[in-house]
Amino acid sequence: MNDQATARQPAGPGAASRPGLAARTLKAIGLLRESKAAIIGVGLILFWVLLALLAPVIAPYDPLKSNYAALANPGMLTPGHLLGTDHLGRDMLSRIMWGARTVLTVTPVAILIAYVVGITLGMLAGYYRGWVDTLISRVSDIILSFPVLILYIILLSTVGPSVFNIIVAVTLAFAPGIGRIVRGLVLDLRTAEYVAAAQIRGETGPFIMIVELLPNARGPLIVDACLRFGYTVITIGVLGFLGLGLPPPDPDWGGMVSETTALITIFPHMALVPSIALSSLVIGFNLLADGLREISMRD
Amino acid sequence: MTVFILKRLGLVVLTMVVSSFLVFTLNEFSPGNVASKTLGPYASQEQKNILFERLQLNDPVLLRYVRWIGVLTGVIVDPLQDPVLGLNFHDPRGDQYFGNLGYSTLYKVPVNDVIWNRLGNTLALAAIAFAIILPLSMVFGILSGMSEGSMLDRTLSYTGITLTSIPEFASGVMLMAIFVLWLEWLPGTSPLMSLPEWSIAEQFVLPVLVLVLYDFGYVARMVRGSMVEVMTRPYIRTAILKGLPYRRVIMKHALRNAMIAPFTVILLQINFLITGVVVTEVIFGFPGFGRMLLEAALFGDITLVEAATMVAVFIAVTTQLVGDIGYMYLNPRIRFT
Repeated sequence: MNDQATARQPAGPGAASRPGLAARTLKAIGLLRESKAAIIGVGLILFWVLLALLAPVIAPYDPLKSNYAALANPGMLTPGHLLGTDHLGRDMLSRIMWGARTVLTVTPVAILIAYVVGITLGMLAGYYRGWVDTLISRVSDIILSFPVLILYIILLSTVGPSVFNIIVAVTLAFAPGIGRIVRGLVLDLRTAEYVAAAQIRGETGPFIMIVELLPNARGPLIVDACLRFGYTVITIGVLGFLGLGLPPPDPDWGGMVSETTALITIFPHMALVPSIALSSLVIGFNLLADGLREISMRD
Repeated sequence: MTVFILKRLGLVVLTMVVSSFLVFTLNEFSPGNVASKTLGPYASQEQKNILFERLQLNDPVLLRYVRWIGVLTGVIVDPLQDPVLGLNFHDPRGDQYFGNLGYSTLYKVPVNDVIWNRLGNTLALAAIAFAIILPLSMVFGILSGMSEGSMLDRTLSYTGITLTSIPEFASGVMLMAIFVLWLEWLPGTSPLMSLPEWSIAEQFVLPVLVLVLYDFGYVARMVRGSMVEVMTRPYIRTAILKGLPYRRVIMKHALRNAMIAPFTVILLQINFLITGVVVTEVIFGFPGFGRMLLEAALFGDITLVEAATMVAVFIAVTTQLVGDIGYMYLNPRIRFT
């Protein structure tokens, strides 16, 4: 462990005096503070995470319950409804909060699975080379050459929209790209001395991949993951908008826009509020990604 | 070079075959589904049985896929046009010709009658958007890449990040609220028909604007990144130190090299603009290729979905091929790899 850390990243923390998790977290926060973009990004993300967590406590109404009296005057800032009500008289503020819950649970799960699959494939291709590499790379090329949105439409219209199928679709669309990045990193890393040392020690392939290679490839992957978070939020929104998202009546930001765009000339807030909510969350992820990239380039 | 291109062409054909087979399998895996989707919800069991028999839906998927290729290449007759089925499908081109994409059950016309028209509309939309995105993102990318870290660079970068973060449907909704509802300058729908109030040109404005806003920040960032890298090269420093006018350094030395890397990215935008505009087309009711594909997929028009996917994949792989060849041409260092 020792020589590898020093060999790969001379400036990084030496393995002998590797600080604990708490200390490293503090250091990461300290680094983040150097980038204004990252701070704003984290702020936006935390804002939505808090709203999502607290939705059951602070949401003023049941997000699925219609207030028929409000149908006559659904506008914003009406008494009792800060952000107004939607076309079925449901409280917008509550629906936005619960919608944040949906998007912030589906997105991390989808990203996590896509990364597990992508990292596995990329590692196998980059470490073993040969026919494994050829097979994985060719299949990835074919999937990557497929227009993403069309892939989603065909997949979800055939198997039907559900949380599970959306996660499968995101994994299928993302894993080849992640695999390609990991493969490139591994091709570069596998020539390092610590890999040879581990091989001589008699370590198995999977051990070397997970213990030796993966930790050294994490930097670029974290930035990439951040960008993909934003992109997945957009994707889930777009699917909702196209009628391929989560089935109603559960509040889903994209679906909320799709149900109310037709009313935009009469009640613009119904489509505007979820649009702004979704955009601000994506901006948060992309600013954080940009800040992280900036910080990682500086070192 | 020739070997490389031939190899890549082989890969294009392979990709098309594999992806069309996958889409075919996905759509036609359950044969009972094919019959009921083709005939719609009001078909009787008897009709379904006839269709089932005529299309030989009991055969393995691979065999049916080969038969589908046969119809496409004009080797065999399109079974859907058989008068026995009572579907009243009639293609003026005949039921057996090269390039027969089948019969759309959604629009009740031959696929060839609907798909090219829709693709043309989308191409027009994409071409206008591309003609704006390209110069705009080049200018912004070069300006901010020339002076990394400056006030201008920061402003442009954050504007770019913010704009690319806003999904098309969200910016569409926001723009509609401003230009349609509030200012009343533009139409909120773009059916591409002469409306009494709005000309066709006016109907193009908002869809184009949505695409430009979503895409230009991304391309500008790519151009910027490449420009930043080139500006740190020794030959730029030499050119400045030997007293060349700054303008000349940028125009003659930096730009040419900075354009190589983003070239592929820019070409891929053509692909995005043709196949990724579904959302924009749906918001504005634009009669384009993407919306047609979405409607066909939601309706269960298998023939049209399969045909449209083939066209989309073809566009995607050819732009990638053109991108790779162009990249080799621009960057002689990788020509022989």
